Amino acid sequence: MTKQPSRTIKVDTLARVEGEGALYVKLKGDLVQDVKLKIYEPPRFFEAFLRGRHFSEIPDIVARICGICPIAYQMSAVHAIERALGVAIDPSVRMLRRLFYCGEWIESHALHVYMLHVPDFLGYSDAIAMARDHQAVVQQGLRLKKAGNRIVALMGGREIHPVSAAVGGFYKAPSKSALKELVDELTWALDASLATARWVSGFDFPDFEQDYEFVSLSHPNEYPFNEGRIVSNRGLDIDASEYEDNFTEQHVQHSNALHSVLRGRGSYMVGPMARFNLNFDKLSDVAQQAARDCGLQVPCRNPFRSIVVRAIELVFACHEALRLIHEYEPPAAPRVQACARASTGQAATEAPRGLLYHHYELDQDGLIVSAKIIPPTSQNQKRIEEDLWHFVSQVATRPTDEITLKCEQAVRNYDPCISCATHFLRLHVERD
Amino acid sequence: MALRIIGCGNIDRGDDAAGLLVARRLHARGVETPAVEIPAVEIIEHSGQSLSLMDCWTTFEQVILVDATAPSGKPGQVQVWNALVDKLPEDFFPSSTHAFGVREAVELARTMNRLPQTLLIYGIEGKQFSFAAPLSAEVEHAVASVVERLVRHVSDLLIHNSQRSPGDNLS
Repeated sequence: MTKQPSRTIKVDTLARVEGEGALYVKLKGDLVQDVKLKIYEPPRFFEAFLRGRHFSEIPDIVARICGICPIAYQMSAVHAIERALGVAIDPSVRMLRRLFYCGEWIESHALHVYMLHVPDFLGYSDAIAMARDHQAVVQQGLRLKKAGNRIVALMGGREIHPVSAAVGGFYKAPSKSALKELVDELTWALDASLATARWVSGFDFPDFEQDYEFVSLSHPNEYPFNEGRIVSNRGLDIDASEYEDNFTEQHVQHSNALHSVLRGRGSYMVGPMARFNLNFDKLSDVAQQAARDCGLQVPCRNPFRSIVVRAIELVFACHEALRLIHEYEPPAAPRVQACARASTGQAATEAPRGLLYHHYELDQDGLIVSAKIIPPTSQNQKRIEEDLWHFVSQVATRPTDEITLKCEQAVRNYDPCISCATHFLRLHVERD
Repeated sequence: MALRIIGCGNIDRGDDAAGLLVARRLHARGVETPAVEIPAVEIIEHSGQSLSLMDCWTTFEQVILVDATAPSGKPGQVQVWNALVDKLPEDFFPSSTHAFGVREAVELARTMNRLPQTLLIYGIEGKQFSFAAPLSAEVEHAVASVVERLVRHVSDLLIHNSQRSPGDNLS
C-alpha cells in the first residue's frame, strides 16, 4: 500500500482579523485530518472586572472590550440591566439607540468590506497594496466608514469607546438640528452602499455551501438591532432569559476563547448571513431590492457571499439612519432613572458580527454580583472550524500556498474579532 | 506653517500609553501656541486607529507622531523615522483595531498621496502591554527624554521663524 504524503498548513499570523490567533490544518494526502482555529490571545477577564461595580459604570467599562463594536457591548449591557431593574425607556430613546447602532454597523461593515475582505477577492495582500491600483475604491471605503463614525461621534461624544450610553437612555440626547447635519453625508453613503453591493456581487465566489443553523434576533416589525426573540431556521424561538438553557460554552484546549454550541445540536452561525436569512422581509424595500439585484437568494448558504450580505446591511443601515433622523423628536428627558434592587437580567443585541449576549446579577445596592458576556466570534468559532474542514477537503488538491490563502479568506468571511472573543491569525497546514 | 504633535496609544495598556503621556506632558509644559502664531503648534492625543489618523494631519504642514513600538529586546529605545523618506518597518507598531495601526496609516497615506510635508515618527520601544499594566521604568525614562527633545524641537522652530523676515512667512 502506498503511504499518503502529509502536509501541514500553518498561518502563524492571520492578517486582517482583529486579535491574535493562528490556524492549523493537517492533511494526509488530500484528506483533512485536523483543523484548529487557535486563539492564543490571553483571556481578558472583563466579566471579573465588572464584579462589585455599580450598574451605572457598566456601559463605559464594557465599551472598552472592543474598539470597533463598543456600541454593541453598551447596548447589550444597558438592555440587560434595564430588564433586571424594570426600566422602560422613552420611545425617542429607543429610536436613538437604533441610530447609534446604525453608525456602528456602517463603520464596521465599511471597514470589513473595503479594507479587510475586498483585497481577498481582488488578489491583494492588504488594503495598502490594493490602494496602489484602486485608490478611488479605498477613498470610497474610507468615506463610508467615516459616515458611520460621524453618527457615533455625534451621539457618543467620540468615535471610539463612546461615553453617552446610560442605563435608562443617554446622558445627553442630540438636537434635531445636529442630526440633520448628517443627512447629506448619509444620503451619499446610501448611494455609495448601493454601488458597493452591485460591485462586490460581481466577484468570483467559490462554489461552497453548508447546511447551517442560523441564529439571530427576530423582531415582529423591524430588522433587528436591540430587541427581539432569539430564533433559528431549525425552530429555536426563545427569550434572551432562556439563552443559557439552550446554549452552552465549551472549553477546547487550543483556544483561549470558549466555543459556544446549541445544546444537543452543536455549531451554529451568527452574524450578517444569519440576520439576512432570518429577517429578509424586515429589510427596507431599498435593501430588499438591492439584494435581489445582486442575485442573493434566501437562504444564502455560501459564506464567501457574506461580503455581499454585509453590503446589503450597509444599504439598510444608511437608509434606516436617514429614516430615524427624519422622524426624530428629542425625548422629554434623555434618560429615566433606574432604582437599584436585587435582580437578574439578560439581553441580546445584534453586534455587526452577530448576536451578543449579556447576563448580569445585581445586589440590592445595584452592584454587580456576576456577569456573563458571550460575543459573536465565540459563537462562530466552532462553525468556522467546520467550514474550514469541509472547504479544505474541496481544495485539498491545490498547492499549499493557494490553500493557505483560501483558508484565510474563509476565516475572514466571519469578520472574526478575536480580541472580543478572548477578549491575528496564524495558519499552519500539515500534510502527513 | 502649522505643527501638530500627535501622541498615540492606549492609556490602559501599560507601555502603549507612551505616546499619550508625551502629548500630555508637552501640553503641561505649555508647548502649544495659538493658531494665529507662526508656527501654530497643536498637541493632540489619538487612539492610533489609522483610518481616522490620516484625517489628523491633512491641514498641517509638519507632523510629529509619537507611539510605542513592539518589544524587540531593548525596552525604552527611542527611534525616529522620517516617514517621507523611510518606509516604516512591519510589525514594529502594535496593531490597532482590525490590524490598522500607525504603520498602516502612514503607508496607506503614502500610497494615496496624503502625507503632510514633513512627518517624523518617534517610536518608543515598549516592554509590557497587558491591560492595566503600569508603565515600565525604561519607558518612563524614554518618555521624559522624548518630551525634552520635542520641547527643544519646538523651541528651535520658534527661534528659526522669529529670525525670518515677515515677508518670508507670506511665501
